[in-house]
Amino acid sequence: MRRSRYACLLIALALPVCAHAAELTVSAAASLTNAFTELGKQFEAQSPGDTVRLNFAASGTLLQQLSQGAPVDVFASADQATMDRAVSQKLVDGGTRHDFVTNSLVLITPAQDAPQISTLQDLTGAAVERIAVGKLATVPAGRYTRQALQAAGLWGTLEPKFVQADSVRQVLDYVARGEVDAGFVYRTDAAVMRDKVRIALTAQGHTPVSYPIAVATDSRHKALAGRFLDFLGTPAARQVLQRYGFGTP
Amino acid sequence: MTNLLPAGFDWFPVVLSLKVAALATVLALAAGVALGWLFARKPFPGSSILESFCMLPLVLPPTVIGYAILVAAGRRSPLGAWLREHFDYTLIFNWHGAVVASAVVALPLVLKSASAAFSNIDRTLEAAASTLRQSRWSVFVRVTLPLAWPGILAGTLLAFARAMGEFGASLMVAGSIPHRTQTLSMSIYDAVQAGQDDLALVLVLITSVLSVSILAVSNRYLSLR
Repeated sequence: MRRSRYACLLIALALPVCAHAAELTVSAAASLTNAFTELGKQFEAQSPGDTVRLNFAASGTLLQQLSQGAPVDVFASADQATMDRAVSQKLVDGGTRHDFVTNSLVLITPAQDAPQISTLQDLTGAAVERIAVGKLATVPAGRYTRQALQAAGLWGTLEPKFVQADSVRQVLDYVARGEVDAGFVYRTDAAVMRDKVRIALTAQGHTPVSYPIAVATDSRHKALAGRFLDFLGTPAARQVLQRYGFGTP
Repeated sequence: MTNLLPAGFDWFPVVLSLKVAALATVLALAAGVALGWLFARKPFPGSSILESFCMLPLVLPPTVIGYAILVAAGRRSPLGAWLREHFDYTLIFNWHGAVVASAVVALPLVLKSASAAFSNIDRTLEAAASTLRQSRWSVFVRVTLPLAWPGILAGTLLAFARAMGEFGASLMVAGSIPHRTQTLSMSIYDAVQAGQDDLALVLVLITSVLSVSILAVSNRYLSLR
C-alpha cells in the first residue's frame, strides 16, 4: 500500500515535466533583456505547452557558460566576434547562424546634474571624473567603445577614468544612479531608462553593431529552437524588436 | 616558483586584498570590541535590539550590504554629496569602499566573540584590581582585555578570513577596476568569466595559501597562552 502511494507521488512529480517536455533555454545578450522577455511570452502564447527560459548576461559570459556545458538551446550575441568563437568551438550550429537585429552605440549621461557633453573630446574635461564602460574581455559594448575611442585617439587619455561593468546593463545602471558621469551603452538600453539618462551623442568609428543568433550544437530541442529563430523573423516579432529600438539588418 | 606564474602576472590584486582585509579587520576589531563591551557590560534600553541589528551583516546576503552602502554613501545620498562637496571624496569605486564593505560584513564576528568573552570574565578579578588603586581604564587594559583576549582573537581571525573572502558587497561598492579596486576575489571572478581558467587557478592557489598561512601564524603568535 505504502509503496503504491510512493509510486503515485513519483508519477505526480514527474507529470509536470512530461507536460512541459519542451523547455527552450535562450541565452541572450544583456541588451536584449526587455525585448526578449516580451517575445518569450508571445512565443509561449502561440506554442502551447512549451516554455521559454531566458538567460541574460554579457555575450562573453554566455559563451563561457555554453563552453562549460550549460544546457542552452539558442544563443544570441551582441557582436560577431563572440559568435565567431562559438562557431569555431563548435558550440553552435554555424548553419543556423544569421544576423537578426542591429543597434548603435551611444554616450549617455545622467539626466540630472550631469556635465555638459556634446563631443567625445568633452570627456577629457575635469568635470568628467568617471566613465563606465563594459569589461573588454566579456562585454561587446566595451569593445565597440574601445574601437570608437581609439578611432578618436582618446582611449589612452580616458583610460584612468574608466569603471568597468559586467554587462552593458550595469553601465546603464551606474549612469542612471549618477555614480558615474558618463557611459557607453546601446541606443536601445538608453531608451529603457529614458527618464534617468540622456543621450549625449552617437559613437562613430566602430564596427557596425549587429546581433547574430544560432541554435546550440548540444540543444535537445533543435526543432523548437529553429521555430524560435523563425518566429523572430515574423512581422509580429519584428514589430516588438522595432518598438524597443532595434534595427533590421 | 616563478615558472608557475603566467607571464606578466599581476600582483596588484594580491597586495590590495591583503591591504583591504587588514584595514577592515582593524576597523571591525575596534568597533567590535567597543560594541561588544557595551552590550555585555552596560546594557541599556533597546541594547539587545541594537545588538541584533549589528548581527544583520552575518545573516543578510552581501549584495544587500553593498546596496545599503551604495544608498547610504552613493553620490546622490546626503552623506555622499556632502563628502564630495567638502572634501572632493567619494567612497564608491574607490578601494576604501571595499574596506568599509568588508569591515561591515566582518563586524558581527568580532562583536559576538568579544561580547561573549566580556560576559564570561570573573568580575571579582576586576574588583580586586580596582582595590589596588588602578584607574578604570587601567583595569580594562591590564585585567579585562587580557582575560577576554582569547575570545576576541578568535573573532578577529574569523573577521580577517571573512574580509579576505569578501566579494559581493565590495564588488557593488568599489567595482572591479583593474589596478585600483580589483581584489583577489574579483580578479578570480573576472578570470573565470573571461575563460582564463589557468589564471583563475593560480589566483585560487595564492589566496588559499596566503589565508591559511596568515591565520595559522597569527593563531600561533597572538594567542597569549
